[in-house]
Amino acid sequence: MREVVTGNHTVSHAARVARAQVVSAYPITPQTQVVEKISEFVADGIMDAKFIKVESEHSAMVACIGASAAGARAFTATSAQGLALMHEVLHWAANARLPVVLANINRAMGPPWTIWTDQIDSLSQRDTGWMQFYADSNQDIFDSILISFKVAEQVLLPAMVVLEAFFLSHTAEPVDFPEQEEADRFLPPRVATHTVDPEHPAAFGGLTGPDHYYELKYMEHNAMLEAEGVIKRAAREYGDITGRYYKMADPYACEDADTVLVVSGGIASTAKDAVDEARAAGKKLGSLKIWAFRPFPREAVRELLAGKKRVAVVDRNISFGQEGIFCTEVKASLYGRDGAPPVLGFIAGLGGRDVKVRDLLAIAEAAEKADCPEFNWYGAKP
Amino acid sequence: MAEVPKKLTIPAEEYICSGHLACQGCGAALAMRYALKALGPNTVYTVPACCWSVIDGPFPYTTLGVPLFHIAFEAAAASACGLSAGLEMVGKKGVNVVAWAGDGGTADIGIQALSGAAERNDNILYICYDNEAYMNTGVQRSSSTPWGAWTTTTPARHFKKRPKKNLVDIMVAHQIPYVATAAMAFPEDLIRKVSKAKDIEGTKYIQIFASCPPGWRMAPEYAVKAVRLAVNTRIWPQLEVEHGVYTINRKPRKYTPVAEYLKLQGRFAHLTEEQIEQMQEMVEREWDRLLFLEKSTHEMAGLPLAGEKAAASKEGGAGAAAGQG
Repeated sequence: MREVVTGNHTVSHAARVARAQVVSAYPITPQTQVVEKISEFVADGIMDAKFIKVESEHSAMVACIGASAAGARAFTATSAQGLALMHEVLHWAANARLPVVLANINRAMGPPWTIWTDQIDSLSQRDTGWMQFYADSNQDIFDSILISFKVAEQVLLPAMVVLEAFFLSHTAEPVDFPEQEEADRFLPPRVATHTVDPEHPAAFGGLTGPDHYYELKYMEHNAMLEAEGVIKRAAREYGDITGRYYKMADPYACEDADTVLVVSGGIASTAKDAVDEARAAGKKLGSLKIWAFRPFPREAVRELLAGKKRVAVVDRNISFGQEGIFCTEVKASLYGRDGAPPVLGFIAGLGGRDVKVRDLLAIAEAAEKADCPEFNWYGAKP
Repeated sequence: MAEVPKKLTIPAEEYICSGHLACQGCGAALAMRYALKALGPNTVYTVPACCWSVIDGPFPYTTLGVPLFHIAFEAAAASACGLSAGLEMVGKKGVNVVAWAGDGGTADIGIQALSGAAERNDNILYICYDNEAYMNTGVQRSSSTPWGAWTTTTPARHFKKRPKKNLVDIMVAHQIPYVATAAMAFPEDLIRKVSKAKDIEGTKYIQIFASCPPGWRMAPEYAVKAVRLAVNTRIWPQLEVEHGVYTINRKPRKYTPVAEYLKLQGRFAHLTEEQIEQMQEMVEREWDRLLFLEKSTHEMAGLPLAGEKAAASKEGGAGAAAGQG
């Protein structure tokens, strides 16, 4: 079924098609339409779920944690300050190994108050133990949420699907929804083990000393590593049903490129247009979309970027005093490898400043100059 | 053959085993034991940071015969709501979902989530075991610490100068079906209230007064005595508020002076005669307010008020059943 829907309503439809059983959320611009639509679905009986309308994002995540611990499929959506408020219990969900799925609408952090997009909210959650997927279209949002549930319930780690404020959240695009039967085949009901169940009394998350805590972290790390294979299998299976095959690192015209733009989120789809334009002008430009940020596709990044003349990483985020966060991740993947290209970092589009085709072409051009600094604030007014 | 007592109301079943990590004389351990006797095995607990995060025992042990889910400090109520919804969605209906938190996790850091749950009237039982300070972290003041008390953050020379936060009235203001206080020195009353609450649909709130010998600076053997005195001095009235109607469950005919309660505990040792007198007046003022509330809310609801005769017992009525008439 093909429908023209906004990114936000795509999220609501994905929660419905995934048969989320407990949804708990708190309103925040630009996420509100997600929960409005889910409220309708639940109230109208289109979704067989409980919607807990909590008093804060912290409680939203905690309620999801409780529901997930009881064995239910739990979902929430938030943005920026809301995600930051959840931070403590994002750790809790991951450390308790609960497969909660969350949609985060990327919004810049205040102050000053802003409602427009950048990635600092979600990237600040990098080390919480959540998988992260960055969508570049409404179709990508829908597909990523379904794939996320499947992977999360298999590796027992929570997953976050990230979309940009307004560029995706409020923009309507045609989206293909699979038939419910097809979706159910891909994503059957959750089979939960070790749940909070009066028939099997146990304590969950009690005081744990150095003798055991360390190994629990080792297991969590291994689960994240294992997730890479699980994501690839799930994406293949999903592709066989829908014809849309997702890659953790998705190259576009990279094979013979001299310069590769490493991009994520909506900028990744803009980058394809920039590449087409550059190619038409005879320039060997390619782009690499990072879809999965955690686990980070290190091997794929190494393979796809090996031997390139240069790599320009476009970051809609900044780790103050360091550089863009995707840039650091790309560098860490390439460090010490034979044929590793120079990596040049470009900050762009913070707080929702538009990043257009011409901006990406200007970034590629700047990167190609022999004296291009390693780190750049693209378009910052002095 | 020994004579069988006529009114044995406390269930014999135990859902807490020995070997837990509570301190000697821990009121919170007894409170848990009695609450579980009322709740039975079809129960799950969610426990935020508090003494009970430790008492239950370290991984891989647990002392309870029911599941215990540990959660972050401010999160007891919201986690209970999630568990309640989740259990229902996976087809496990009729489970008692209990949030079990200390006074800090209830009156301070957890009040937002509790207020949210109560306003929604989600189907949970929230029990606060109130030992009047952050005991697990080493006796720091909470908003539930009473006027006059020493804690490590309200040193004796600068004892707490603000009254204890009135959580009962706050919860009543949420218009939930059931709010009650209980005391771990009166098990029949405690068990009766928890049993009643578990069969009510919606949010139920019970605040159990539970002594903490180390935090109150008193000998463990006074754990029960101190709490009994708290009730008989009217420092801790035993109440039920059902749909806004207040009932005082125990009205001793002769009240024990507050000083009797205070002198057992090192946390009040610094108080002067005048200050103790001041506290006595505060207690009497609050009692009068409760009597007024009981009378007026019964009148408004058109309900008869149980006569004093049914509730009276002699001073210090050790072991006497709560006068629930």
